[in-house]
Amino acid sequence: MITIDHVSRRFGDGLDAVVALDDVSIEVQRGEIFGVVGQSGAGKSTLLRTVNALERPDSGTVTVDGTVITGLEGAALRQARHKIGMVFQHFNLVGNRTVAQNVEFALEAVGVKGDERRGRALEMLDLVGLAHRAKDRPAQLSGGQRQRVGIARALASQPDVLLSDEATSALDPETTRQILDLIKRLSGELGLTVLLITHEMDVVKRICDSAALMEQGRVVEQGALEQLIRTPGSRVAAELFPVGEAHYTPGHRIIDVTYTGLSADRPVIAQLSRDFGLDVSILGAALETIRGHQAGRTRLAVPGDASVALKVIDRLTSQGVTAWEVHP
Amino acid sequence: MIDPAAPEFWPQLFAVLLEGTWETLYMTAIAMAITFVVGLPLGIVLVGTEPGRFLEAPLGQRWLGRAINAVLGFVVNLGRSVPFIVLMIALIPVTRWLLGSFIGTGPAIVPLTLVAIPFFVRVVEIAVREVDPGLFEAAESLGASRWLVVRRVLLPQAWPAIALGTATTVTSIINFSAMVGVVGGGGLGNVALTYGMQRYSALHIVFVVIILFVIVQVVQWLLTRLARRLSGATPAAGRTARRTERAALDLDDASIVSAPTRGDTDSPTR
Ligand SMILES: Nc1ncnc2c1ncn2[C@@H]1O[C@H](COP(=O)(O)OP(=O)(O)OP(=O)(O)O)[C@@H](O)[C@H]1O
Ligand SMILES: [Mg+2]
Repeated sequence: MITIDHVSRRFGDGLDAVVALDDVSIEVQRGEIFGVVGQSGAGKSTLLRTVNALERPDSGTVTVDGTVITGLEGAALRQARHKIGMVFQHFNLVGNRTVAQNVEFALEAVGVKGDERRGRALEMLDLVGLAHRAKDRPAQLSGGQRQRVGIARALASQPDVLLSDEATSALDPETTRQILDLIKRLSGELGLTVLLITHEMDVVKRICDSAALMEQGRVVEQGALEQLIRTPGSRVAAELFPVGEAHYTPGHRIIDVTYTGLSADRPVIAQLSRDFGLDVSILGAALETIRGHQAGRTRLAVPGDASVALKVIDRLTSQGVTAWEVHP
Repeated sequence: MIDPAAPEFWPQLFAVLLEGTWETLYMTAIAMAITFVVGLPLGIVLVGTEPGRFLEAPLGQRWLGRAINAVLGFVVNLGRSVPFIVLMIALIPVTRWLLGSFIGTGPAIVPLTLVAIPFFVRVVEIAVREVDPGLFEAAESLGASRWLVVRRVLLPQAWPAIALGTATTVTSIINFSAMVGVVGGGGLGNVALTYGMQRYSALHIVFVVIILFVIVQVVQWLLTRLARRLSGATPAAGRTARRTERAALDLDDASIVSAPTRGDTDSPTR
């Protein structure tokens, strides 16, 4: 649905040049929620903004639903933007207009007129549970409510894509969860494809189907969450499961065991100790709910050499969990 | 010399002041109206054509935006740096060509307008600059046309500051309108000049000062109120809605309780 193809963008020139995007390629499937994580300055916002051409790449193309966004200008670009909604960290609502007028603005941009416009704006507010606040000013709402207005506005023109730049970063944890659940629900109901940016792993855990990790303008990892947590050395997975640092333990091999769904309930590690007569110790463990499913990772220290480690990994793999050796 | 004890003094004073006040209000109102109509778009264009703003490339041409911005900036700065008295004298031939004469209340409007426009453009410029860039970005993301952005984002946000700046502009027009009395412009300035200075009537001066003071106060008061209205301070509609909400106990959004923007009066515990 969204194809970002070898996109680069630099700001400034000469010695002050900042390479915000360095040959970035990302593929977002139709209907999925795709999260981009990374540290401040990694280029996440710049990347997101190329999708609705708020930012123009120096090279590369961005395609949304078959339309090459990077080639559009003027009226054609505006038309394409009607199909791409966006929500912002600081909501960006027009303070001197009412909540309803803010939502209506999105419909005005599309050319919807009169009663139909008012009706549809109210419907959108109803969808986010704020129809009763239609005549209020944004300043009279809480942060969470304001973001819901932002979402109503972004979705008023019935877009296929929703872009979100740190939409929950200004909100408290409980409100964050509500907004995330709302985005999740609406994406399901309206068949939206969501590309969101965040620096909070909790956001990824809660609603993302896929994720990408950015670092200094580059995508260093991307894929479906299920796949990433089974990928040895995945840093997204390492962030999702905080099992701590892997320290060198003399005479031991360190093995990470990752399990999802049903296998999470089975006592595979206890069984391992019994079957092999090994004194397995647990260095760290994390159990997380990822997209509503239980998933966990345990870091083991197994006494022995590489061949023992291999045997253990084989056994674990045959039991349906993912395991690999970690080299500190 | 005028004798305040003469029986015809007070009726005459009254008539003179009335005419002067009317002329001043007339000059100021027309000058302000023209200034507003010309200055508002110029101010918007001046900021809008800056790089990275919504008008940086009018008709898709980046160079055009830069050119408009440079020319406009130059003209406005030039206008603001010419002393009024010089402008007024320099404009005499222009005014005569435009209106057939340069003496009187009508012709005085020409220099008044020309001095007020650069001032007001600056007022608009500051007001527009104050608008959160994030709002333009949001509007752009919604695929709104430039015209819609101006009407629905820029102006609603800039109106309060423009209203306050209008009060300052009116004040300075009144100020300058007193000076056009020197070239036979009429108005209260002319009253002060002809009766106060040339015929030594202190009473005329006192009344002129009082009237000017009152006019400025009233304008200031009205436009400050308007500015507050335009910034949407405490609309009654909002309060009713919140009451309804509390009645429905619709407090599903936990952050409502701790939201900083809600005043004491709507604490949910009441
Ligand atoms: N308009 C701009 N002009 C100059 N430099 C810019 C501009 N926009 C972004 N940059 C630079 O590009 C780099 C990436 O910025 P970007 O905003 O995309 O980062 P980010 O990952 O979104 O960070 P954050 O998490 O802090 O929002 C930064 O070094 C930033 O300073
Ligand atoms: Mg950012």
